[in-house]
Amino acid sequence: MAILINGSTRVICQGITGAFGAQHTRGCLHYGTRLVGGVTPGKGGSKDANGLPIFDTVRQAVRATGASATMIFVPPAFAGDAIVEAAEAGLTLICAITEGIPVQDMVRVRAVLDQRNASGDKVVLVGPNCPGVITPGRKTGGGTGPADVYTSDGCKIGIMPGYIHTHVSESRLKKSVGIVSRSGTLTYEAVWQTSALGLGQSTCVGIGGDPVRGVNHIDVMALFEADDETDGIMMIGEIGGSDEIEAARYIKEKINKPVAAFIGGRTAPPGRRMGHAGAIIGGADDTADAKITALKAAGVEVAISPAEMGAAMIRAMGL
Amino acid sequence: MKIHEYQARELLASFGIPVPAGQMIDSVGQAGPAYDQAVAGMAKPLAVVKAQVHAGGRGKAGFVKLVNSRQQAIDAATFMLAHRMTSPQTPPEGLEVKKLLIAQAADIADRAPSGKQEFYLAITLDRKSRRNVLIASREGGVEIETIAHERPEAIIKQPLDPVQGLLPFQAREVAFALGLVGKQVNQAADIMLKLARCYIEKDCTIAEINPLVITPPDAHNPDGRVLALDAKFNFDDNGTFRHKDIQAMHDPTEENPAEIKAKEFNLSYVALDGNIGCLVNGAGLAMATMDIIKLQGGEPANFLDVGGGATEEAVTEAFSIILSDPRCQGVLVNIFGGIMKCDIIAQGIVNAAKGYKNPDGTTGFKVPLVVRLEGTNVDAGRKILEESKRIVPTLQAAKDLGDAARKVCAAVK
Repeated sequence: MAILINGSTRVICQGITGAFGAQHTRGCLHYGTRLVGGVTPGKGGSKDANGLPIFDTVRQAVRATGASATMIFVPPAFAGDAIVEAAEAGLTLICAITEGIPVQDMVRVRAVLDQRNASGDKVVLVGPNCPGVITPGRKTGGGTGPADVYTSDGCKIGIMPGYIHTHVSESRLKKSVGIVSRSGTLTYEAVWQTSALGLGQSTCVGIGGDPVRGVNHIDVMALFEADDETDGIMMIGEIGGSDEIEAARYIKEKINKPVAAFIGGRTAPPGRRMGHAGAIIGGADDTADAKITALKAAGVEVAISPAEMGAAMIRAMGL
Repeated sequence: MKIHEYQARELLASFGIPVPAGQMIDSVGQAGPAYDQAVAGMAKPLAVVKAQVHAGGRGKAGFVKLVNSRQQAIDAATFMLAHRMTSPQTPPEGLEVKKLLIAQAADIADRAPSGKQEFYLAITLDRKSRRNVLIASREGGVEIETIAHERPEAIIKQPLDPVQGLLPFQAREVAFALGLVGKQVNQAADIMLKLARCYIEKDCTIAEINPLVITPPDAHNPDGRVLALDAKFNFDDNGTFRHKDIQAMHDPTEENPAEIKAKEFNLSYVALDGNIGCLVNGAGLAMATMDIIKLQGGEPANFLDVGGGATEEAVTEAFSIILSDPRCQGVLVNIFGGIMKCDIIAQGIVNAAKGYKNPDGTTGFKVPLVVRLEGTNVDAGRKILEESKRIVPTLQAAKDLGDAARKVCAAVK
């Protein structure tokens, strides 16, 4: 079943008329995602270059298209508001791709979402500052246009290159892994390595590099554990924060599937922000070595070299 | 983004938080008048002269001096403005000191049975709870990390409501927990509320007062006065766009010139100590590239994320930033071409290397250059790299991440 999204998920794009939003709307359409419209305030009633309807508000878009998921490319100053607008309109999966949202905006956004979820809603925020979510489909075409989509049953919500992913049915080993990561290009690297070694991917989730974000490693791993199409889990973390330490504890107690991991930033100096706003060593739990030690103690197959992520997954699965 | 102590004092004062009198000077000639002003009306003419640099360890390095005469203030200022400050937190060659703070040295009340009435107060983000939190301790004036590690029970934490911020009753709870009495309680609570407002309004990542002190009782203040003696702020780089006043406090002379230049071109760059330059797309992959260089026995010279695009212009700029570091003896380019096609990236890299202008006026890349490409059209990309040997003789193509790290480490040895 994969997790979060599948070939029938209906998706809109907030910020569809911006350069980045337009480019990736096209990319998702060509992959085979059921993109059904977009939102840009003030441009409601028009259509984008692909003929998708544009709406002024998310509420209108949801009412007209029946979408359940959104990808957000709104500029940082307005992205926090866009996330809350999506949640208020009833969307249940929000992928915030935008990089550079002020931390204090995200503190307030999280509080709003947490409150909604506490009162019974089920809103999942992925990101911000992330590549998005993809559930690979079976390859059906070249991915060159709407009439030649790459897959007919896959769903890509975000900016990742679709073609590096492999549907389990087309993998050599007929096994699939779920990937959860704080990094974009490092996730592509992991996808590439697992595909090359004969594995498919059930779903890949980029949770983003910001200190305050939506889902974390644990939330996604719980979904993978319950998903009958996921045979193994790969977790990619980095320096900063203690999420990976908590994930290690969680894996030990709750995860029965094989887990492989990589933690980036072993050579990063303390106190310096390594690109991602959240990738900064503050306390002892923040270091890569502390996280690696905790994961190893939880029985996780840890790749010390980023070139060995796929190999570690194969070892963990006993293949 | 960091600011200087004198700017932090101004920011605190603008939110109504009491700080001792003082001012910033940038020449020895201003030291005398600044001293006179700082001690005006004080029983004891004691002042403190402090170097304004973005590095700790100032006291031990001799760049924080207590002075009790005009001449001593001038002598201290003369020394600090003429010498570079070296501490464990500075580069080995030290930092040039361009600005000083001369401030009144506030008298601090004694604490029974021993010590002084010095406290720690800060607001920062607690990543675990994803909320802002007020942190306080009776043990001010020292490194809070040390206390947190050795005696966590000595630290008081009060979470801020994400919408309402710090509430008055919460501030009073903390004041009482710090052992404050009488009129001290409301003074301290008032400071906490103002600090919390400042932290949120100005998009801080930390707003710290260390130490917060109580002065001895006097005729007007039977319980003493609560004052902020020193403060430290750091701001969220994602939030400064909406604060013109904070942007104006930015002191570019305190930053690595290469890091400033990188920012202009939207490249994320951090200078490190090694000799292998890195050019990578994506922050996570850039960190992982540093890691694999180290695993192969090399030392990365920098962290550099060119972003998703990796255009010829971005790569050209990145090359010039990386090679401006005299320690750099080789460069590893690691690009996972997702949206961008590898053949286009390869051509961009070759063009950038071919057209690279060396400081001696010559053109063309001279140090070893190892390029690892993966992604769309990778075969066409590698072919371009292979065929560029005539144009860029130092260029080698790598087949994967491990191969790239081995090749670049071997090339610089």
